[in-house]
Amino acid sequence: MSRLPSDDSSVAGGSKFLIQTIDLKKLFPVKKGVFGKTVAHVHAVDGVSLSIRRGETLGLVGESGCGKTTFGRAVLRLTQPTGGKILFEGKDITNLPADGLRKLRKKLQIVFQDPYSSLDPRMTVEKIVGEGFAIHGPPSSASKNKKFAESERIHQLIEQVGLSHDHLSRLPHEFSGGQKQRIALARALALEPDFIVLDEPTSALDVSVQAQALNLLKKLQGKYGLTYLFISHDLSVVAHMSDRIAVMYLGKIIELAPTWEFLNNSKHPYTQALIASIPIPDPKLKKERKGIEGEVPSPINPPKGCRFHPRCGFAKPDCQKVEPRLVDIGNGHFVACHLWSYSVPLEQH
Amino acid sequence: MIPQRKPIVEIRGLKTQFIMREGTVTALDGIDLTIYENESLGIVGETGCGKSMTAFSILRLVPSPGKITAGSIRFKGVELRKLTEDEMRSIRGRLISMIFQDPSTSLDPVFTIGFQLGEVISLHQQIYDQNVLKKKTLDMLKLVRIAAPQTVIKQYPHELSGGMKQRVMIALALSCNPSLLIADEPTTALDVTIQAQVLRLLKDLVNKTGSSMMLITHNLGIVAETCDRVCIMYAGRIVEVAPTLELFERPQHPYTKGLLAAFPKLGEQKEELSVIRGTVPNLMKPFPGCSFVDRCDFANEVCRRTRPAMIEVFPGHLVSCHMYRGGGESAAVR
Repeated sequence: MSRLPSDDSSVAGGSKFLIQTIDLKKLFPVKKGVFGKTVAHVHAVDGVSLSIRRGETLGLVGESGCGKTTFGRAVLRLTQPTGGKILFEGKDITNLPADGLRKLRKKLQIVFQDPYSSLDPRMTVEKIVGEGFAIHGPPSSASKNKKFAESERIHQLIEQVGLSHDHLSRLPHEFSGGQKQRIALARALALEPDFIVLDEPTSALDVSVQAQALNLLKKLQGKYGLTYLFISHDLSVVAHMSDRIAVMYLGKIIELAPTWEFLNNSKHPYTQALIASIPIPDPKLKKERKGIEGEVPSPINPPKGCRFHPRCGFAKPDCQKVEPRLVDIGNGHFVACHLWSYSVPLEQH
Repeated sequence: MIPQRKPIVEIRGLKTQFIMREGTVTALDGIDLTIYENESLGIVGETGCGKSMTAFSILRLVPSPGKITAGSIRFKGVELRKLTEDEMRSIRGRLISMIFQDPSTSLDPVFTIGFQLGEVISLHQQIYDQNVLKKKTLDMLKLVRIAAPQTVIKQYPHELSGGMKQRVMIALALSCNPSLLIADEPTTALDVTIQAQVLRLLKDLVNKTGSSMMLITHNLGIVAETCDRVCIMYAGRIVEVAPTLELFERPQHPYTKGLLAAFPKLGEQKEELSVIRGTVPNLMKPFPGCSFVDRCDFANEVCRRTRPAMIEVFPGHLVSCHMYRGGGESAAVR
């Protein structure tokens, strides 16, 4: 088989892309009956190829159940993908054994949506933030004393996320949602990772606190050159944070573009509807929201052809039969829609 | 502004407190609010600011150990606090109804949609003929634009999607033509594309039936699109009330300004979002002055000591801030 174009980066030492997925799939079996026979599969992530550049923020948006969280977890191998490949710095980590994976985990971190359930209620903040050191060893430091190096690093981290030293001996329940998310972030930063998956990091927060958290994330990214995968259903937040935005619908990427291009020149009817659905805090712009009718079909039995065709206002007969591929339409803009990919004759698919 | 509208709900000096062993939480600290006929009023604020508690207080459904400790709530001239529990029950659902945030927990999982909807209609409208009842139920489902009402009527809540369930909730709430509909974060649990559908539906129906709506939300975008007037709450108090356009054009209270600025706007490329520093105060500690004082950039000694009164800075635009004691915008420029 001919080499995939993405293989180039592995030859070059993976300088451009930090994380790449190639046709990544995650299916969950649906079991039925006494013997737990698998009767169907939930196509949570169904062939996603994305490349995340070093130092960028890639936003991933989509409605609930579209597979964005599963994708985030599969990239970190928190859930084992069913098919496809994950490359980290050009190295295939899809089937890396447990001990190799553990070493890698240092570099790959995640911040979860719900700060209330992602922190152990019985551990003090100091222990939570320092937990990674127990597994991966103390941080490198000029000081020889391990304990001291650890404590120094923890103090430094807690300061960076905007909390104070006397918070260290407290338990998670004593903090507000925004503060808890800061603790989760300090924990993620402890081992100096390269890549952080931010899975709806601000959805549980209030607007004014959300702004603080987003600013902090940006600041830390600039300081440490972090690469983010920012997963959210809130397009305004994603647009604020990301360099590029990808839209997921029923397990597939349907559009990917740099943020400006995405907002001003979106091509896919679903993306356009998504943008049009966002309530805008300006009563003068009381546009009649077009929106779309209908609801997301079940991922157990996704529609044939283009997955969006039952809700699409532009659907043609072809859309029901042939699945559109993600094609490059220039300016780093990719779209999976027959309206934009007719250059490829449909019969050849 | 439409002058001389008939008020439907008048709240004066309402205080709702949770008296507990650990101390007293003042969830609502003396609020004054009027809802007029045929209007939709948005209540905006962050978690714990008392927006849901206002709704629960109107319906007299404040969860224990909470209690309304002072003030009055008049609904169409009737003092709700003086009514007996039975009288109150005949008002709930029939004259004032409510839609909750999470549709999946507000429907009973063991009864069909048809039964639950029918029960409400039969109870409040005294319809006992099964055929008439079924027809009414179907009509309600059609009204909220459910595609296949004949099927849905026989289904259980778990068989419906979130958006469908919220439509059923709206049908339930509107089935008795209430004078006031309270919608508490009706679209928070839904996806954006569904959110838009549900909000549009809600707005249309309220317009059509001529009821008033009190829409509780933390999303200023939803308010901008749906409401005629907005009320901003902070730490159990109302800080600003204004017609929607007015509020977005010239917000007066520092908190409102901060809130508007902190909202990320689509397509606006900003390196940093403006924030409101600090966090919400502890409601267990009484504050003699302004509740926003610790996070306000303009706070002075007066703000710390005395509670600001509601001042009408522009017609229909009320704000509770010491900066406006002189009235008008000129006082704000300091």
